[in-house]
Amino acid sequence: MQVLSKINKQSSIFTSLVSVFLGLLVGGVMMILAGYNPIQAYIALFQSAFLQPFDIGETIRTITPLILTGLAVGLAFRTGLFNIGVEGQFIIGQLAAVIVALKLDLPPVIHAIVAVIAGALGGALWAFLPGYLKAKRGVHEVITTIMLNFIALYLSNLTVREWLTDGADKTKEIPESASLHWNMLSQLFDSSRVHFGIFIAIVAAFFMYYLLWKTTTGYQLRAVGYNPHASEYAGMNVSRNIVLSMMISGVFAGLAGASELLGTAGYQAIQASYTGIGFDGIAVSLLGGNSPLGIVLSASLFGILTYGGSNMEYVAAVPREVIRVVFAAIIFFVAANIVRWVAQRRKKKVIDKGGEGK
Amino acid sequence: MINSLTDILATTILYMTPLLLTAMGGLFSERSGVVNIGLEGLMTIGAFTAVITTLETHNPWLGLIAAMIAGMLFSIPHAVASITFKADQVVSGVAINFLALGVAVYLVKALYEGAGQTPDVQEVLRKMPIPGLEKIPVIGPALFDVFPTTYLAFIIVFIGYFVLYRTPFGMRLRAVGEHPQAAETMGVNVYRMRYTGVIISGALAGLGGASLSIAIGSQFSESTIAGQGFIALAALIFGKWHPFGALGASAFFGFAVALALKGQLIGLTNYVPSEALSMLPYILTILALAGFVGRAEAPAAIGKPFETGGR
Amino acid sequence: MNAVEMKGITKRFPGIVANDRVNLTVKQGEIHALLGENGAGKSTLMNILFGLYQPDEGEIFIREKKTEITGPNIAGELGIGMVHQHFMLVDPFTVTENIILGSEPTQNGMIDQRKAEKEVQAISDRYGLKVDPRAKIRDISVGMQQRVEILKTLYRGADILIFDEPTAVLAPKEIDELIVIMENLVKEGKTIIFITHKLKEIMRICDAVTIIRQGKFIGRVDVADTDESRLASMMVGRDVSFTVDKKPAQPKETVLSIRNLRVKNSRGVDAVRGLDMEIKAGEIVGLAGVDGNGQSELIEAITGLKSAHKGEIVLNGKAITNLKPKAITHRGVGHIPEDRHRRGLVLDFSIGENMVLQTFDQKPFAKGWTLQYPQIFKHAKRLIKEFDVRTPDIHTPARALSGGNQQKGIIAREVDRDPDFLIAAQPTRGLDVGAIEGIHRRLIEQRDKGKAILLMSLELEEVWQLADRIAVIYEGKIAGWVDPATTTEEEIGLLMAGGQVGTEVSS
Repeated sequence: MQVLSKINKQSSIFTSLVSVFLGLLVGGVMMILAGYNPIQAYIALFQSAFLQPFDIGETIRTITPLILTGLAVGLAFRTGLFNIGVEGQFIIGQLAAVIVALKLDLPPVIHAIVAVIAGALGGALWAFLPGYLKAKRGVHEVITTIMLNFIALYLSNLTVREWLTDGADKTKEIPESASLHWNMLSQLFDSSRVHFGIFIAIVAAFFMYYLLWKTTTGYQLRAVGYNPHASEYAGMNVSRNIVLSMMISGVFAGLAGASELLGTAGYQAIQASYTGIGFDGIAVSLLGGNSPLGIVLSASLFGILTYGGSNMEYVAAVPREVIRVVFAAIIFFVAANIVRWVAQRRKKKVIDKGGEGK
Repeated sequence: MINSLTDILATTILYMTPLLLTAMGGLFSERSGVVNIGLEGLMTIGAFTAVITTLETHNPWLGLIAAMIAGMLFSIPHAVASITFKADQVVSGVAINFLALGVAVYLVKALYEGAGQTPDVQEVLRKMPIPGLEKIPVIGPALFDVFPTTYLAFIIVFIGYFVLYRTPFGMRLRAVGEHPQAAETMGVNVYRMRYTGVIISGALAGLGGASLSIAIGSQFSESTIAGQGFIALAALIFGKWHPFGALGASAFFGFAVALALKGQLIGLTNYVPSEALSMLPYILTILALAGFVGRAEAPAAIGKPFETGGR
Repeated sequence: MNAVEMKGITKRFPGIVANDRVNLTVKQGEIHALLGENGAGKSTLMNILFGLYQPDEGEIFIREKKTEITGPNIAGELGIGMVHQHFMLVDPFTVTENIILGSEPTQNGMIDQRKAEKEVQAISDRYGLKVDPRAKIRDISVGMQQRVEILKTLYRGADILIFDEPTAVLAPKEIDELIVIMENLVKEGKTIIFITHKLKEIMRICDAVTIIRQGKFIGRVDVADTDESRLASMMVGRDVSFTVDKKPAQPKETVLSIRNLRVKNSRGVDAVRGLDMEIKAGEIVGLAGVDGNGQSELIEAITGLKSAHKGEIVLNGKAITNLKPKAITHRGVGHIPEDRHRRGLVLDFSIGENMVLQTFDQKPFAKGWTLQYPQIFKHAKRLIKEFDVRTPDIHTPARALSGGNQQKGIIAREVDRDPDFLIAAQPTRGLDVGAIEGIHRRLIEQRDKGKAILLMSLELEEVWQLADRIAVIYEGKIAGWVDPATTTEEEIGLLMAGGQVGTEVSS
């Protein structure tokens, strides 16, 4: 297995690097087309992500939810599921966390822990339904999770407007006791909004690695993901594993939502559309080869691009949306596996030439 | 009361139009065996292009045509990735959504000095009453005094049905979505059919986006489409991958939107919050997929890459 | 005149040479067999003739004229048609729609349905194919689906027909009907290429045979000048004995008994309908029958993969009916599944990980929640060595192994768990002769160790060679028991087709 994963990693790291390069190239071309100087823009982008301790802190803050949504997508992928519903599970995670933060009165630390757990459970619950429908009724999880994203959005808006407030469009600030804000950490980075969530994210990454590759549960999850028929033959409970996998994925997504709410925003607002962090998780996971370490690395890259991108807009006046285009291009290149395709083409050509030579 | 009913019916027709056009697009792609999650993005680029073109040329009809062409162009990366490169079709569709929204908003900012939305289009498409028919009580104003894109949508449903079920092209397209190997052995070019299906979906979704931005609305911003593409996808599935099914589902989903918007006219929102009505299409689609509201059966080869000579 | 002549055809795929300078000459109006083992390159050669692949080298002459067949369309224009083994039919379409697909008759741009149906009916009548042009494919029998495949080629005016292993899915009676149809076709001036590895069928209907082995051309012989054993040795490359060395069985106590078992298939119809069976320690019971007579459902019910809604399965005196697969495995059932890629292996796991598919959560492979990889790998290494599974190492993905080595891996895993009762379903499907012999030896060895074995195979020969008793299954019931030492092909054939034979063999 070590040998296999090594080969896998080598080729996928190469693929990822090439894809990132090509993606940045596409972004550069976009900038040239609109009359900007891409080199200046990219320098501004990468510089501003690390310029001051404050920026580094903010970059880490941006990376935090991306790691968690990336893990959510990645764990599902590893077990044969496509969780496109991370966005919705994220929202329910936020909602559950804000409810606990506002409606319960608990001592500091414990309040935050309960709120984080509530977020995780909220995400798990929201992922349970598509898992159950897939396992029991064979409904493809992609469509159900897309639908549940919208339901989550409207549910959150409804709850904020009708229950958490009196018709307002955002809740009041959460109490200090439930916050993930950590003064010492924040001051280390010049009062930036970096918060305890980053540690949750790192622990989650280790947990995913340990779970999938070191435990009997992980063995089953992977086996069911690769081949449900063989798993059933071997006596595993396929339905249970599908549901479990979706729920763990939902836990990661819910944690992302809770940590964003309790650490960064501090309130839940009525949203017209998604934050996009859940969809970003798809890009993060793909680029990271669906492995925990890869996800942490690619989340870092996407975080740098996102945070640096918003500064680039101020510094170089290049609209930050060009970064979305870079993301899109990277997804295309990774998904189409350009590197493998080129390699196959060349191999085929060599063979064809051999044929003509005779 | 009669006025409220007319109003709700008219709103239904208004909001079903973009859904119907886009769902018909999705139908061509998915019937050929290519999942199209990217409908949202294709609508976005259509909406954007229609506004920009109309602003420049002052001709909304050119805007419509440009939107179709832009939709076709943006569907090509999806076709290349999922047909030629055999990439995961869902992933590729997600990337289209990223790409389209990114490009559109980027260009809006680049063109209008950092503004988040385009200026208003003055020469939007106007409603076209059909003389005589528009006078029919209740349904007249709702059905026969509508935007040209609405008439177009209905015409496309019938043409779509005719093409898919009565012509060799349609039969081959459906065969490719059910059993591409069989179609290939009969001399059908699977790749070409699938490319065609995806590109048609781009054209119609582009048109659907345009119907939102230069008929129902009059400008483009990041939130112009806001999930309409995904509702269209839901309508396609709820309509069981059939033109008339898509028509019925779009009408029903449009009705849900109308109730959410106009519910206070008949006092509905006193009992049901508008969010609950907005959720309805999605809940129904899940129920349909789960087999509680009639089983939805997807084309057999949907989502599966095709390899020549493979089995 | 030669209808088809392929000269020096070479086709390479990444890593292998599928066809290496193969020649094929088929005379006008003959039934010509293309004989070779699984993986010998028959399908590649025919896909080249049908235009799905392009040869890297070589020439093709159709009716003595040199041609290049660049696609199925060109093949169609040349009058070449293929009757595929895995039917190439679109399920929700009608018979007519399937037949006209790709060359639809139109009127004003619309498909002319009525004209198409008329033409299909006419061709069907002319060759005695008896198909209903308006029926949907999903509603008709396998035999009729095959006739639709034949019609597809005839509709396109094919006069060179390639039949790809057409008898694999048919009952003996349907095979007889197919042979009549083939004879009709030849009478009408058609030429037939018949891909097969069944020697008896060649001797019965073919005029000439071309043999290929491991991608290479071995020879072309007239059927009149040869016999089965000579064909077999040309196919395999050495003399083949048609018998397996084994001592007479020493059956002891009953290990498995099944009473009045009823199991539904995936469509909810009873596939096993009141089946009784008994298997003793130290014997191999062969389960013979045409595909789709309840074999798979029977095995899935025994192993807990499907539930039985009536009847009883007893293992070593205790009922195991409708227990979970895991519980049944623990009580001593081993199962070499019918489809090794679908059920038998997780192809993306390493071969090492696959060796503990049922036992990964037991000591010593797991301690509590954590896997003990050193133990797992040690175990896998031992099995691979003992059972001679050829793999670079235990970390190689199962997908990368050859079919024979994958099967050896499964057998190693199942046999090593030391079950009292072993099910071997199609254990040699798709394997080459060398691997088949090895697997047969293993099964006999297990029998001699006192295991009870149920061997299910669609290859009658295999059942005949290995089994100590043969149960013939027909429509979900045991139609009769025969003794392999004394039975005849007619007797088994009759039972397989649902006929009545009086003999009951008891041990």
